[in-house]
Amino acid sequence: MVRRYLRLLGIQLKASGLLALQYRADFFTEGVTSFFWTFTALAPLFVVYGERPVVEGWGFGEALLVVGWFTLLQGILEGAINPSLTGVVEHIRKGTLDFVLLKPADAQFLVSTQRFLPWRAFNVLTGLGLFVYAFVQLGRAPSLTGVLASVLLLGTSTLLLYSLWILTVSAAFFVVRVDNLTYLFTSIFDFARWPSSMFQGVAKGALTLVFTYVIPLALMTTFPAEAMLGRLPARSLVGAVVGSVAFAWVARRVWLRSIGHYTSASS
Amino acid sequence: MSLHTTLRAMPTLLRVGFAEAVAYRAEMFIWVLSTTLPLVNMVLWMAVARTAPVGRFGQADFVGYFLATFVVRQLTSVWVAWVINWEVRQGTLAMRLLRPISPLWAYAAENVAGFPMRLLVAVPVMVLSVVLVGSKAVPQHAWQWGFFVLAVLGGWAITLLVNIAIGALSFFLGSSLKVMEVWLVLFFVCSGYMYPVELLPAGLRTLINWLPFRYQIGLPVELMTGAHDWREALVLLGAQWTWVALLGVLTVVLWKQGVKRFAAFGG
Repeated sequence: MVRRYLRLLGIQLKASGLLALQYRADFFTEGVTSFFWTFTALAPLFVVYGERPVVEGWGFGEALLVVGWFTLLQGILEGAINPSLTGVVEHIRKGTLDFVLLKPADAQFLVSTQRFLPWRAFNVLTGLGLFVYAFVQLGRAPSLTGVLASVLLLGTSTLLLYSLWILTVSAAFFVVRVDNLTYLFTSIFDFARWPSSMFQGVAKGALTLVFTYVIPLALMTTFPAEAMLGRLPARSLVGAVVGSVAFAWVARRVWLRSIGHYTSASS
Repeated sequence: MSLHTTLRAMPTLLRVGFAEAVAYRAEMFIWVLSTTLPLVNMVLWMAVARTAPVGRFGQADFVGYFLATFVVRQLTSVWVAWVINWEVRQGTLAMRLLRPISPLWAYAAENVAGFPMRLLVAVPVMVLSVVLVGSKAVPQHAWQWGFFVLAVLGGWAITLLVNIAIGALSFFLGSSLKVMEVWLVLFFVCSGYMYPVELLPAGLRTLINWLPFRYQIGLPVELMTGAHDWREALVLLGAQWTWVALLGVLTVVLWKQGVKRFAAFGG
């Protein structure tokens, strides 16, 4: 069973890879645009830290780590999650989702692996570059346990991001025109650029609670950055793992419900 | 394509555009929700200003500034560049070219027609701003209101003209969406959208005064929050409208040259 799905994944990856090799010029344009977007993420950081050395307990180098995680996750989102799930929306609109549902494999697996944009991985590289720069700024190296914890959190962050997306796409079964929802999603994701404690001063910390428990943005960027700095409590680490698995489970339930709700366009 | 036909067609174009804006109001609503970046920045700068004001900005001033940014963005947003790219690629631009009125007027009219809907969003936010910050969140005197309206018009004109110019580049490049992305990045960094431009170092500020970006968002926002006396405001408005004129000429030239290269497929 697992073997069969791994092989399927391999085939899908290969197809996307071949497609990417056809458009080699994208390699450069993606690189340049990724560089530019990183610049927008950094510009306010420079302006803010030009005014204050420390904001809400975060120094420049430390906040830089959060931006690094943001950039890295953006790469995963745009390269691996976005393309295939935008495909689902197309399927729903044209009524071709039937063909996917008829195939003898799990529909969620099929739609989530149908398309990858490997060149978008440039963001991942930019993110890694930011980590190096941040630690040079901090003047120290991350601890081994910190790095291991952050790798674990990379897994949970990706899972969370993916689950959030599945929830968004499930909405497409009900509202159909969802390409706008993708903008909405990315703009909410914008909050993840900054350490979650930055939002503590607003509405008596309600915003921080929302971004930890309702839309778990804090878990995606702030937690891994704290883990790298070696100051994430073990309790939060466990919480992140359990929380993201629970979140993924809920997303899966919602997806199955929406699929049940689906009536194809042709029938 | 005389001035007379254009003027005669205007009311109809506006009526059709307005009907479209009403028909797609859900999309409009999602678009509004997805321009939350000013709110992210508002919260962030409130955190920075919690202990002491930044420049002349206290916490309340930042609330006023970023709510104004939100309002101005709603009033001046244009997405014609994407529309033109789409129509050039699909060949449907041919339909527009067949009509006895320049597509440039049609694009402008479609955008203007959405204005009542935008006001529906902008006015409540303005009211909210007055509630939160007090009367200094909006212009105090009649002449300031006049200047503010002029600045919003100028900002809108610059955004529209740049959109059409970059859209017209797709005649030469096949697709100019990447160029638009680069423009957007510069816009975010230089326009005062993410932070008041006056917080930047002096050298950078002079450069930004020469570029068009600040006149898209920054100037209307500054005039709404009463940052300048009338002499300064007049100089800046002069610079803004000089940009409108320059871009107007550039856009028309680019469009005329581009259309000559247009060979419709399908359509």
